[in-house]
Amino acid sequence: MERQRHYPEKPGRIYFFGTCLVDLLYPEASLAGMQLIQREGVDVIFPKDQTCCGQPAWNSGYRDEARAVALAQLKCFPLDYPVVVPSGSCAGMMRHHYPRLFKNTPQEQQVQALANRVYKLTEFLVHVLKITLKDLGTPAKVALHTSCSARREMGVAEEHEALLQQLGNVELVEQERKAECCGFGGTFAVKHPKISAEMVSEKAEHISNTSADTLVSGDCGCLMNISGRLNHQAEKIKGKHIASFLWERTNADSQ
Amino acid sequence: MQTASDFRQRSEEALGNPQIRRNFRFAMDGLMAKRRAGLSDPREREQLRTQCAGIRVNALSKLPELLEQLEGNCTRNGIQVHWAESVDEANNIVLEIMRQHDATRMIKGKSMVSEEMELNHFLEDHDIECLESDLGEYIVQLAGETPSHIIAPAIHKNRHEIAELFRQKFPDIPFEEDPEKLARSAREILREKFYKADVGLSGVNFAVAETGTLCLVENEGNGRMCTTVPPVHIAVTGIEKVVEQLSDIPPLLNLLVRSATGQHISTYFNMISSPRKPGEKDGPQEVHLVLPDNERSRIYEDDELINTLRCIRCGACMNHCPVYGRIGGHAYGSTIPGPIGSVVEPQKIGLDTLGELPTASTLCGACGEVCPVRIPLPDLLNRLRYEGVRNNNDGKVKGQSEQRKGTEAWIWKSWSWLHVQPMLYRLAMRTATRLRSLMPRKLGPWTDVRRPPRIAARTLHELAREKGFDNA
Ligand code: SF4
Repeated sequence: MERQRHYPEKPGRIYFFGTCLVDLLYPEASLAGMQLIQREGVDVIFPKDQTCCGQPAWNSGYRDEARAVALAQLKCFPLDYPVVVPSGSCAGMMRHHYPRLFKNTPQEQQVQALANRVYKLTEFLVHVLKITLKDLGTPAKVALHTSCSARREMGVAEEHEALLQQLGNVELVEQERKAECCGFGGTFAVKHPKISAEMVSEKAEHISNTSADTLVSGDCGCLMNISGRLNHQAEKIKGKHIASFLWERTNADSQ
Repeated sequence: MQTASDFRQRSEEALGNPQIRRNFRFAMDGLMAKRRAGLSDPREREQLRTQCAGIRVNALSKLPELLEQLEGNCTRNGIQVHWAESVDEANNIVLEIMRQHDATRMIKGKSMVSEEMELNHFLEDHDIECLESDLGEYIVQLAGETPSHIIAPAIHKNRHEIAELFRQKFPDIPFEEDPEKLARSAREILREKFYKADVGLSGVNFAVAETGTLCLVENEGNGRMCTTVPPVHIAVTGIEKVVEQLSDIPPLLNLLVRSATGQHISTYFNMISSPRKPGEKDGPQEVHLVLPDNERSRIYEDDELINTLRCIRCGACMNHCPVYGRIGGHAYGSTIPGPIGSVVEPQKIGLDTLGELPTASTLCGACGEVCPVRIPLPDLLNRLRYEGVRNNNDGKVKGQSEQRKGTEAWIWKSWSWLHVQPMLYRLAMRTATRLRSLMPRKLGPWTDVRRPPRIAARTLHELAREKGFDNA
């Protein structure tokens, strides 16, 4: 877990790492993230050869397989622009676990240099771009689930709240046990489905108890899990990635 | 031997038992709230954590020297030190001491190492009566169970269940649900046992190398009784419990207690430095210290896994673990449950038997966030997952590679193969979006409680290209 990170001046260009889950299930989240950054006058590059950060294999103990995939990503970020990632767990993977994965390999230094310039989207918006948002949306009641990796590994939970609090028409409500894990945990949900089901059911219940109309999350894994549960129970709560939510409420054409 | 399905079965049983669920939720909520209140200043808390982590790291970095120093100073103080390679050896040492004194009755204070040794069973097989005197341990012993938590062994039971247990075991004592009255009844039953016991056994929280002092933290006073009333006191503890100097104790004690129960100081803190000296009116005539290794030396050899041995057994990681809080301690099937149990136990017993435990975590990091000695628990869980499935066995971790299964390995190989070929990957993703209407409505247990995720109409790669972001 990190606390004080030194943030650079606003750069001219960044690389965007979209993540595999977003690629297939929530492309609008990454697109919104890129548009938010571009609107601040920063060039966004989406290297087309990116696939996955390697986290699923890494967390399952398959390190050789994870390293091979991570190595393929290294090639996507040859210049020293910041790498912005719309997911806490993928950002955490690249920032904290890549150095472990490549320890004592020829790429060790290259990987450390990459890790040093990886940012979670929300922290990048707040600390590097110092973004100000003008809410154009209609009144909304929002519950926020910050992922565990954003909260504890990247230490950027407050940034999510700070962004939502900039939106004048948004009422941020707090669910019970908000810092507790939603039970996704990647392959955990597959290996221990019953425990995961119990965790997500409680999480969904706490969120619906707030009578929020929208669930905003900083990670698509949590979103898929919690929204999947809410929708299963026919709850009307919409699930949105924070980037989509911010973009839609601040972009005139989306209204 | 335990298998993965045992863990699954036990955890599902626990999930299906609303009483157990309520008991744990209630107890864990209480313990978390107490820690929060007891460590409310984040700056002080983080500073103390850093200090305590430093003390433990320092002690481990000089473990061999400190153990020698501890032995020298204990011996000088009149404490007899016994080294044991295995739990069998440790059990036999205890038995031998008992035999030298023709002892048949032992009274025990709380000791997780004696649980690790399964000492009670061992001694009972040799016709020695072993009685637990810690209230929680006593309850668990009466019920014929094992502890479900390292500092609160009977936490899986609520007071009605405990009162019912007492009523069954002691029909003559009036049926009381009030916790204080329950404790009083237990105390009355136990008090007499202290005087009759030939030997008292206790654990050790910290063993100070500099002075040869054994420190014992407790709240009930039974630890003090066990270590002073019977004529012989045997302390058992793992070799990792040593610290360098006496000045290490105040911060460790402070943070241990606040992390465990939120108290500012435990009700009792015992520092045992010798047997009764000539002219003293109380205290045991003999004090023994038994130090089992039981795989600790092997754990010590590894640069990363050595961090396992920092643990001061406060229980905070389990109190804060969302998995432990739902399935309880017994589901783990190991002496120590929860995150630290899932790290330490497979290393002791073997990944072949307990290799499922490191997977029983979402890696949410709640454990690592509260650990008073900053053990990177999620990283260690991740490492043990790797040790369980790696295909190049170096024999350094017990039961290494035993969790590797053909199909799973094949899935990850194929996954890797696809994700290192960007063109192929893009094609696969695009195909998936075009065929999304064919996606099954049922995805195994995932969809038992959730709607299936919806594949997007077009991939991010396609959208990014269309918007001109794809210009690298
Ligand atoms: S691992 Fe840390 S939190 Fe868990 S019992 Fe040990 S010292 Fe306490």
